[in-house]
Amino acid sequence: MKIIFIAWKNCWQKAGATTLTLLLLSFGVGIISMMLLLENQLSEKFNKNIKDIDFVLGAKGSPLQLILANVYHIDAPTGNIKVSEAQRIIKNPTVKEAIPLAYGDNYEGWRIVGTTPRYAEFYEVKLKEGKVFETPFEVTVGSYAAKELGLTIGKTFKSNHGLDKEGEQEEGHDQLFTVVGIYEASGTVIDRLILTPVESIWEVHNHGDHEAEAHTAIVSAEEHDAEVAHHDHTAEEDVHAAEEGHDHAEDEHAHEEEREVTAYLLIKRLPMAPMILPQLVKNTNMQLALPAIEINRLNENFGIGMSVVKAVAILIMIISFLSVFISLYNALRERQYELAILRTLGGRRIQLFILILLEGFFMVALGLIIGLVLSRVGITMLSDMAKDSFHDEFNAFIFLPQEYYLVGITLGLGVVASLLPALRAFFMDISKTLSND
Amino acid sequence: MAIIQTSNLQYTFSKGPDLIFPSIEAEENSELLILGNSGTGKTTLLHLLAGLRKPMAGNVEVNGIRLSSLSGAALDRFRGKNIGVVFQTSHFVQSLSVIDNIMLAPYFSGNKVSKSDAEKMLDRLNILAKKNKKTSSLSVGEQQRVAIARALLNNPSLILADEPTSALDDQNAKEVLNLLREQTHALKAALLIVTHDNRLKDEVKQRIELTASKS
Repeated sequence: MKIIFIAWKNCWQKAGATTLTLLLLSFGVGIISMMLLLENQLSEKFNKNIKDIDFVLGAKGSPLQLILANVYHIDAPTGNIKVSEAQRIIKNPTVKEAIPLAYGDNYEGWRIVGTTPRYAEFYEVKLKEGKVFETPFEVTVGSYAAKELGLTIGKTFKSNHGLDKEGEQEEGHDQLFTVVGIYEASGTVIDRLILTPVESIWEVHNHGDHEAEAHTAIVSAEEHDAEVAHHDHTAEEDVHAAEEGHDHAEDEHAHEEEREVTAYLLIKRLPMAPMILPQLVKNTNMQLALPAIEINRLNENFGIGMSVVKAVAILIMIISFLSVFISLYNALRERQYELAILRTLGGRRIQLFILILLEGFFMVALGLIIGLVLSRVGITMLSDMAKDSFHDEFNAFIFLPQEYYLVGITLGLGVVASLLPALRAFFMDISKTLSND
Repeated sequence: MAIIQTSNLQYTFSKGPDLIFPSIEAEENSELLILGNSGTGKTTLLHLLAGLRKPMAGNVEVNGIRLSSLSGAALDRFRGKNIGVVFQTSHFVQSLSVIDNIMLAPYFSGNKVSKSDAEKMLDRLNILAKKNKKTSSLSVGEQQRVAIARALLNNPSLILADEPTSALDDQNAKEVLNLLREQTHALKAALLIVTHDNRLKDEVKQRIELTASKS
């Protein structure tokens, strides 16, 4: 028999008080750990996807919505802009690169995005198998979308109009998309998108003239090759790449006067871009949104909510430490005789001290473990919800460095809460206690 | 050699008269009854003998060792190994079973006693059937027997009993006394019973009466 065994048994002697303490503590720990996991993963997702995008050029509306729709693909787009009208901005010398995004269709609720191969390259997403889309109606699928939709190379599917799979069935298009490649998992938005040349989207909706489309597709494919070759960016290459982008834009200008896209993701070349570009969108139907600013704003609003939840959780934890303290202290009064007996049997002061500390430690450690499990269960449930509504998920089975602090602080405070009762046991006058019999 | 020997023991509570105790000496296989009404310092004397309290003056020697020469953990250990104490009301660790409670004695004193030894002891005291019960589910008489088992498990040479029978009815009181005596003989120990229970007067020949001291 060990002191540990006695302490463990003692914890359950007052099952009611111990259960209450455990409930409080596990809820406190659970909520804090869940907030940490959520915060960490959300900000990682946001930051990973923002990458070096300096501006998003799109239709007028809420700038936050524009960002959420085009950078994170979780909101409806604000509308479309004319390719011809956008040229003035994307050809501006302060712009290094412009990646077009065209929405309009989905497959089983997964967004099909018309773009160029640069989009995936920009996020440094590599191909897992197959090739990158080249001609209209070829698609390269993100890893998560491919897994969930069961898409493999060579499979074909029909798209539905709009972004939701429900209620759009009758508006489905006849053209068949063919899967030509699958991307590797990257933790970026690419994972849950189906990428295709912009022309696919135009063709589906306009049934426009085929030759022009094909031509553009070839141009963008060539540009893609050039970009791959110059993957390591030096100043010289930057200029070169920009010239290509420039040529590309001119090409588009020549051939697709009435074409529309949903947005352009812009990467600036020169630091004065933020001063110049907003002037250019004045008096147009377009707006220029800064992802960093919008996401900061979002984080601020989000952060207030998170702080309130955290404050409540910390309060619950403080109450639970009080509960540990009170239950040990009360038990001490009831158990003074049995502690005195332990001393009579040869038990040393330090052993009683350790006994009481261990009892507190067990309660706190158990509450901590239950809390950490609870938070994982919570995240798994949230992840299922996120899967349904955003085609995105959270990882419940990681352990954050901040959680080590949570564990350390909780155990530390548990020891502090048990310290006073333990000291009382240490300094107990056994003779006096036994005389009060 | 005497198992326990005291000389000129004195104790004074901050608000109370000086307690001056007669000398006590007990050998192997001996029984000594220390009688006294309340206020005569019976329990105080027992605590002094057990080394639970330090006397103001005088000495207690157990097995030739002066308790005052030991301190702290060493005294706790010495008490655990050499002295078995039975109290008026038995207190146990509520969360533990009967057998685990008596196993506390060898655990805390550092003695090696096996579980089967503990079971033999319970058997001798006729409570083996209750070994896995919680102590709170036992009757007072049964509890007192468990307390005796716990006091004896370390094979102490000195057994101190503080009012071991006063909470019991005649039948149980007699049984407990007999058990204490039997086990004392079995262990070749010295038994000291501190009590005001007059039922024991006629049972034990050797006795010392404590009187309230005038201060």
